[in-house]
Amino acid sequence: MAGSLTNILLLALLVFILVLVIRTRRLFPVVVLAGAYSLVSAAMFVNLDAVDVAFTEAAVGAGISTVLFLAAMAYLPGTEKEPPEARGLLHILPALIVCVVGGALLILAAVELPAIGDPNAPAHVHVAPRYLEESGSILHIPNVVTTVLASYRGFDTFGETVVVFTAGLGVLVLLAGRTRTALRRRKDADDADTGEGSDA
Amino acid sequence: MRDNPILRVTAKILFAPIIVFGLYVQFHGDYGPGGGFQAGVIIAAAFILHALIFGLEAGRRLVPAWANLVMLAGGVIVYGAVGVAGMMLDGLFLDYNVLAYDASKGQHYGILLVEFGVGLTVTGVMLALFHAFAGFMESHYKSGEES
Repeated sequence: MAGSLTNILLLALLVFILVLVIRTRRLFPVVVLAGAYSLVSAAMFVNLDAVDVAFTEAAVGAGISTVLFLAAMAYLPGTEKEPPEARGLLHILPALIVCVVGGALLILAAVELPAIGDPNAPAHVHVAPRYLEESGSILHIPNVVTTVLASYRGFDTFGETVVVFTAGLGVLVLLAGRTRTALRRRKDADDADTGEGSDA
Repeated sequence: MRDNPILRVTAKILFAPIIVFGLYVQFHGDYGPGGGFQAGVIIAAAFILHALIFGLEAGRRLVPAWANLVMLAGGVIVYGAVGVAGMMLDGLFLDYNVLAYDASKGQHYGILLVEFGVGLTVTGVMLALFHAFAGFMESHYKSGEES
């Protein structure tokens, strides 16, 4: 019971941070609040006994993402543009309908979910028992999460690694200054420095 | 931030322990929470902290751009090589059981190597992302403004 009380408190904190994010018009506080949001989610994952997920959320969400956002923020104006003046109910009506209907559907789906830790939940009756039994006693790897991630689902993790690699490569191609425009611009600048006019 | 003595000293003291913690998370993933993804991010964080305090150029001297690219691709290659090694030893792709004399040892080796590959790629990607974002202005606009 204490666990779910903590969860409710953390969830309330998440909603509070979200409201702050929506109401803040300056970018720097938004980035920091997003980091805080990740940290609170990490605390919630710990409370749900998902320590590995919590670790990832704290390291990636609260740590690196915040730094990367800050690094990218240097190229953006510091404050958000002033929103257009409020124009009555008619203009927000479509968004309101989408939000209410979507939210209602999500809540409806959540009611159908099995309770947390229910041993008869579909996820816990298929292959999970075999993983749980084998990992500790036969393979002698106590952390089942690692066994599932790297061994039983090794192919998926290979795919994930390739996705991370591709994402990094994409950003490098776009930003790391090896594009044709950037090279031409740099060449022009060099030519201007040395005084030789370029035809391009 | 280069001139603030508190930041400089703190960064110098923290740099090595962060990497040691990252390595612990990396190679202790079998026994506790953690693994390649988390460890990669933590180790990248140490280098990013260094680059934030001492400047991008100092960070690039520590991990040159080519080394960063090698890390980026090397991790995926290590992961794939472990999979192919399984095939060479009469197993299936990414079958770790055949990597050692018994299944348990093989799984240990396989998971350790695969997680190392993941960590390498994640470290490389995070560092490359940071340098790409933070160095974007210098590589693109400064040269444009001067001309």
